[in-house]
Amino acid sequence: MAVKKFATATYSDEAVLFPAVKKTRGAGYKVHDVYTPFAVHGLDEALGYKVSGLHVAGFIYGLTGTSTALGFMGWIFTTDWPQNFGGKPHFPLPAFIPITFELTVLFSAVGMVLTFCYLCQLMPGVKKHIFNPRQTDDKMVMAIEVTDENAAEVETFLKGTGAEATDIQIAEEGWWYGRYDKEEEYQLKTQEA
Amino acid sequence: MHLKYESYVREALVDGKKDYHQVTEDLCAPVENKPTKLWRIGFLLSASLLAFGAFSVAWEVQFGTGVWNLNRTIGWGWDITNFVWWVGIGHAGTLISAILLLFRQGWRTGVNRAAEAMTIFAVMCAGQFPIWHMGRVWDAFFVLPYGNSRGPLWPNFVSPLLWDVFAISTYFTVSLLFWYSGLIPDFATIRDRAQTKTRKFLYGLASFGWAGSAKHWQRHEYLSLVLAGLSTPLVLSVHTIVSFDFATSVIPGWHTTIFPPYFVAGAVFSGFAMVQTLLIITRKVLNLQDYITLGHIEAMNKVIVVTGSIVGVAYLTELFIAYYSGVLWEQEAFRLRVLGPYWWAYWGMMTCNVVSPQLFWFKKLRRNIWFTFFMSIIVNIGMWFERFVIIMSLHRDYLPSSWSYYTPSWPEVGFYLGSFGLFFTCYFLFVKYFPVVAIAEIKFILKHSGDKYKEEMKAIDVQDEGEFIEEQAHHH
Repeated sequence: MAVKKFATATYSDEAVLFPAVKKTRGAGYKVHDVYTPFAVHGLDEALGYKVSGLHVAGFIYGLTGTSTALGFMGWIFTTDWPQNFGGKPHFPLPAFIPITFELTVLFSAVGMVLTFCYLCQLMPGVKKHIFNPRQTDDKMVMAIEVTDENAAEVETFLKGTGAEATDIQIAEEGWWYGRYDKEEEYQLKTQEA
Repeated sequence: MHLKYESYVREALVDGKKDYHQVTEDLCAPVENKPTKLWRIGFLLSASLLAFGAFSVAWEVQFGTGVWNLNRTIGWGWDITNFVWWVGIGHAGTLISAILLLFRQGWRTGVNRAAEAMTIFAVMCAGQFPIWHMGRVWDAFFVLPYGNSRGPLWPNFVSPLLWDVFAISTYFTVSLLFWYSGLIPDFATIRDRAQTKTRKFLYGLASFGWAGSAKHWQRHEYLSLVLAGLSTPLVLSVHTIVSFDFATSVIPGWHTTIFPPYFVAGAVFSGFAMVQTLLIITRKVLNLQDYITLGHIEAMNKVIVVTGSIVGVAYLTELFIAYYSGVLWEQEAFRLRVLGPYWWAYWGMMTCNVVSPQLFWFKKLRRNIWFTFFMSIIVNIGMWFERFVIIMSLHRDYLPSSWSYYTPSWPEVGFYLGSFGLFFTCYFLFVKYFPVVAIAEIKFILKHSGDKYKEEMKAIDVQDEGEFIEEQAHHH
């Protein structure tokens, strides 16, 4: 969590963005992030991101649900309070299937969504720097962390990648608790300068 | 030039030559504009219906379920009919968002948000009926398996009624999560366009701090895909379990193995009809004809005709099996359905569900908005009758002295009207404060299914192969 300096480049077409990302990475710059208004397929590969392990987590949560349901119902019906329902066995597996299935799905879905929110730092009250208010509308924004020395150089490079607009911004790189209707101190300082 | 190719023979899903920014403008407009007079009137009407429903329920709680006209033979009446009816309606949303996602049906993006909202509200309505039917509603939490003060006493885990508790609550939770995870990026879009402080603050909260990072989108795609995979069997399981409420009993006319698939097909049938009813009005009022096109309406009508026919086959199979089984009680139960005191409900069901949807085999009628709207109402009336017919199998049991006839009392009717109030109050709030069409998903399909981009592809389609290759090589 720190306020840093970033060079940003704005694009309005994926067809320009992809070669630009390739060129930037090829030139040895480390892309901080690319912000897009919708899921651009293949961008994760272009940025060299690994495959997400979210589905593996979902599978493990699902198994937890299955064993919770079977274990809990089995323990109640055989140990805690064995009852005789019309002479049926104490561990009637077929009749346990509906609840077992539902809990598997429930655990998996809830667990995955919570994991997703944790990994992506999503929660009511969380705030992140928005480089361009239209990055959730129609623009794609690439941000590269820069120092005072190389800022101008990086910006010139980004101009050459077909960017529609470029600029240098002071930004908080991570997330913080905040309200979107209030400007942050670092933002006010930037505006003064 | 984009080379995500989709044949122009396939109908465009977004009309009106939109680009990304225009999509945002169009889809945010209903949220950003002041509510119209029509909206205010509709909202007030729904809220007053809801208030009347609340009064009817309060009456029932005060004086007990005795104020309903249930009797010795007919222990389940309008309340369970309405429960099954609403749960059925609540099936289209997740079917559209999950099953059609797995089948890569691009047209789902235009309608999935509203359909999922409808699902959630319908399940909320459905849940009311069994809860208030408990009578001593303050003890409703007894259905939950918790370590209680009455000794090691647990709910009966092998009872279909308890399966229902798990199925409906899981379905509600998972649908809500699925719906909301799709809403987060769209709330962020509204937040970043917001002009007022209140709007920035509230949509800032609702968007969970979404910024559109590439890594987050990658995870979001994974999440949607796996949630779709989980929801697909879940949708099928929910109405299957609802049908077990009947099928696991030994009442003639209920004790059949055909119930699960037959209930699921009926649920999809009525759910799509309700989506049509709502979206035909919504697209007109909110000016969304470019996003919810005639093609979308036609696609849903195709689902209606298929599921309607499945339901029809199920009705006929039931009759045949009753005859073929040779079981006297079963035969009598079905004779009574067709020709007994409730013949009007049976024939209403047959006309509305089996005969009239067959008109959708005609393309002209499938693409006619007025006809579709009319049919969507007819289908929902028919599906209500279906549940009523099944439940009224109770009117004659094994003991002729307890045979009876049932008509609802005013608190039962009021309760049903109140569920409409709840449903439409929620829906009105939804169309005003939420993006009705999934903004980010429309942008995702825009460049291969938008009419503007499809037309650009036409030139490539007729181009000479060698010329094309050369042009592309020079381009890069």
